Amino acid sequence: MSITPDHGHDGHEPGDTAGSDVVLREGEDAVEKFPNPGFGPHRPRRADVDPAAAKRAERQVVALFALSVLGTIGFIVAYFTLPPGDTIASMRTSNLALGLGLAFALLGIGLAAVHWAKSLMNDHEKAEDRHAQRSTDQTRAEALQVLKDGAQDSGIGRRGVLKGALVSSLALFPLTIVLPLIGEVGEDWNVSKFKRTMWAKNKKLTIDPTGRPIKAADVTIGSVVHVIPEGLDESEAPLDEKAKAVVLLVRMDPRDIKSEQGEGWSYDGIVAYSKICTHVGCPVALYEQQTHHLLCPCHQSTFDVADSAKVVFGPAKRPLPQLPITVDDEGYLVAQSDFHEPIGPSFWERLR
Amino acid sequence: MSTTTAPTGGGKAAAATADYLDQRTGIGTAVKEFARKIFPDHWSFLLGEIALYSFITLILSGVFLTMFFVPSMTEVHYEGPWPSLHGVEMSEAFASTLRLSFEVRGGLLMRQIHHWAALIFMAAIVTHMMRVFFTGAFRKPRELNWVVGFVLMILGLAAGFTGYSLPDDVLSGNGLRITDGVVRSIPILGSYLSYFIFGGEFPGHDVIPRLFTLHILVVPGLILALVALHLFFVVLHKHTQYPGSGRTNANVVGYPLFPIYVAKAGGYFFVVFGVIALMGATMSINPVWNYGPYDPSPVSAGAQPDWYMLFLEGSLRLMPGQMEYVLFGPDGYTLSLNVLIPAVVIPGVLFTLLAAYPFVEAFATGDKREHHVLDRPRNRPFRTAFGVSVLVAFFILVLAGSNDLLATHFDLSINDITWVFRFLFFLAPWAAFVITKRICLGLQRKDRELVLHGHETGQIVRFASGEYIEVHKPLDAHERWLRVQHDAIRPIEIEPAEDSRGVRRKGYGLDRMRQRLSQLFYEDRVEPVTPAELEASHSHGEHDALGSDQEKAPAQLVAEGAPTGGGTRLRPEDETGPETRNT
Repeated sequence: MSITPDHGHDGHEPGDTAGSDVVLREGEDAVEKFPNPGFGPHRPRRADVDPAAAKRAERQVVALFALSVLGTIGFIVAYFTLPPGDTIASMRTSNLALGLGLAFALLGIGLAAVHWAKSLMNDHEKAEDRHAQRSTDQTRAEALQVLKDGAQDSGIGRRGVLKGALVSSLALFPLTIVLPLIGEVGEDWNVSKFKRTMWAKNKKLTIDPTGRPIKAADVTIGSVVHVIPEGLDESEAPLDEKAKAVVLLVRMDPRDIKSEQGEGWSYDGIVAYSKICTHVGCPVALYEQQTHHLLCPCHQSTFDVADSAKVVFGPAKRPLPQLPITVDDEGYLVAQSDFHEPIGPSFWERLR
Repeated sequence: MSTTTAPTGGGKAAAATADYLDQRTGIGTAVKEFARKIFPDHWSFLLGEIALYSFITLILSGVFLTMFFVPSMTEVHYEGPWPSLHGVEMSEAFASTLRLSFEVRGGLLMRQIHHWAALIFMAAIVTHMMRVFFTGAFRKPRELNWVVGFVLMILGLAAGFTGYSLPDDVLSGNGLRITDGVVRSIPILGSYLSYFIFGGEFPGHDVIPRLFTLHILVVPGLILALVALHLFFVVLHKHTQYPGSGRTNANVVGYPLFPIYVAKAGGYFFVVFGVIALMGATMSINPVWNYGPYDPSPVSAGAQPDWYMLFLEGSLRLMPGQMEYVLFGPDGYTLSLNVLIPAVVIPGVLFTLLAAYPFVEAFATGDKREHHVLDRPRNRPFRTAFGVSVLVAFFILVLAGSNDLLATHFDLSINDITWVFRFLFFLAPWAAFVITKRICLGLQRKDRELVLHGHETGQIVRFASGEYIEVHKPLDAHERWLRVQHDAIRPIEIEPAEDSRGVRRKGYGLDRMRQRLSQLFYEDRVEPVTPAELEASHSHGEHDALGSDQEKAPAQLVAEGAPTGGGTRLRPEDETGPETRNT
């Protein structure tokens, strides 16, 4: 074995005791161990022994920096000559040209620097000593003394009331920030809104998103209609209301309907179920005509529309709530009432 | 700033600046201390650097984006250049995202760079964490820095989540809706937490501005502060190094910061940024103009969250729905364990395991020493197997989060896939644990074999007696050192339950538990070759005569900070010549 003099000339050899105030694992066992053989031989790079190779590496580094400059120039040219425009194609071209310019500008610098370091800079490893993190006993004692002196000067040990006053004022003042924050951040905190939707007696079922009312006669067997309540856009917070009120309407052969959630809640094979998944609230949008299954694309809860929208697979537990519907005098589909239970994902006080 | 020759103009200016600064800051001390600080070199140390550099890329591109993005949920009608959304009602947030993509030159590039950088940021954090885990770099004195890194990972997730939701498109809106559903499942507080987040009912008008503030101020501010702390610890502790000739617990071997790492690490920033720019240029990501603005009604199948959220999505998908209960009577309170377990409990367990691991391992090892030389993963079979099994569980959840894509791409039943993953989630981590542990022990035996018998040379020699042997070439001291440098850690020993007078001692229960844990970690082990064993194998060809390596007396539970460093002595070795036959 050999220890090349190239190594560790500004540090210590591993055997040196100067750096060994770190407590070592080695030597703990009674079992004798192999000794550390010390640094291995240094393998010279081609650029170390062959001046031509060194020169070549230098030229490569210069070329890479030059590539970076060209990338920047290309970026500037692309910026002025290739606006994103109105089409997908022009937008893509602009993005590609700008992006390539930027990439070359950056990669040129990066690769040049790394190549320089790896091929031309001194590659002799050096060693440095480590020292234990722990401060010495003396330092610790002095630190403790400093703290003791400070506590002594403050007199906090003798003045109990003062300590109490300090702690209470510090503990109380955050209320001034927290109270208005908590008070205002949840609007009116009236979480019972979860339990109601816009649907009401005689509210027309209309098509999402046009808002056109739906005639029962226009719905063919096997078709699916995405439904919103009439007058959604005029409501105070249309998006909030829509997030609760969306309904999926399906017309089946009445003989296929195995069960419903309420007597007379469908009309001639037309059933309406909340579109909001009872798992975590995604819109349940994928309808399979043959099986009458509704699939939630987010987590694959599957509901059987022909059988009260009961769960047949997936992470949801409860059926989708059914909206009781009927037709009005003109033959338009209308709701009999709001949903009879809260729609969407479960929450703690859902049934209270 | 050599002044031995006549200083040039530039040299003079630099000297004057240095003098000015030093007189006011004493910066000379810092330069002397840190400019030539030694860092060890290894490709796996670059993973953390990628995380840092992609974070800088995120800040640079993010600042650009904030100049044009409008964090508002006010409804507007789109009138920009993208024809298919003309006149469509959308939030200002979505409209400004479209403007960034179509009208701001370089805006789309910056958006895509920002998104790709976020994905790489998380990937780099996770792989960096894996490197630190499998090499035991989290051991004393670096446990606190492990916790800092762990918090950084959580903050990275938070940054990704808050940013993903900002464009207010259909996909991110549905992501928020799922968040709402998950939050509501929390017992007692759920509904109020939902109101807390959304400023009333979902989706409300507050969530985008709130997320924006978190995304551009609070979360990156915390990340910056913790990155600074993380790096401060690295400098304070000095970097760990892989085992090797000349590397000891008392030194750090590598190259100086200036100039090697100024060039390498500085250059590497440009490489990382450059690669991300290349991705932003050539790979489309999150084309929100195809999705449309958020609307609670539509959703598309095959929509995946960003990869670091996939495990949560997968865990939600795997959970069967039966576990939703109504407590206290038919009109009681709803407890949605079908959401709570996959979305809160499972990630909670996963993250707790990660954060607590260094402390658990230290407890089981009974080791109070500092460690600066990394472990080879094979030398810590339990740790490596444990890490792999957690990764396997994570990976199965990720796959489960893509079960719809698996179903459509491989033409499989989504129900079957889900059932398979439900079983695999429990079975595969165990299988991975057992297999990995066997592989580690096997590799250790292979190391022993090599050290004792050397490399096979393929040379067959026949003796006069007619005996054939293959010549083995012994390892040289450097190659051998890598395979014998580690300590075999043995389960801790504890004092008996009763003292000499038969009185049960206090604290025995805890000690016994600790011993059990320690046995779980270290019962199965292969110990490194000792010089005596090597000697025996050379002279008699029967190192086994010394007794099986598994039958050694367990080490004493070592008192705090006990032994001091022997073992760093170097003495010239009487090397066995390469031509020595190993019979």
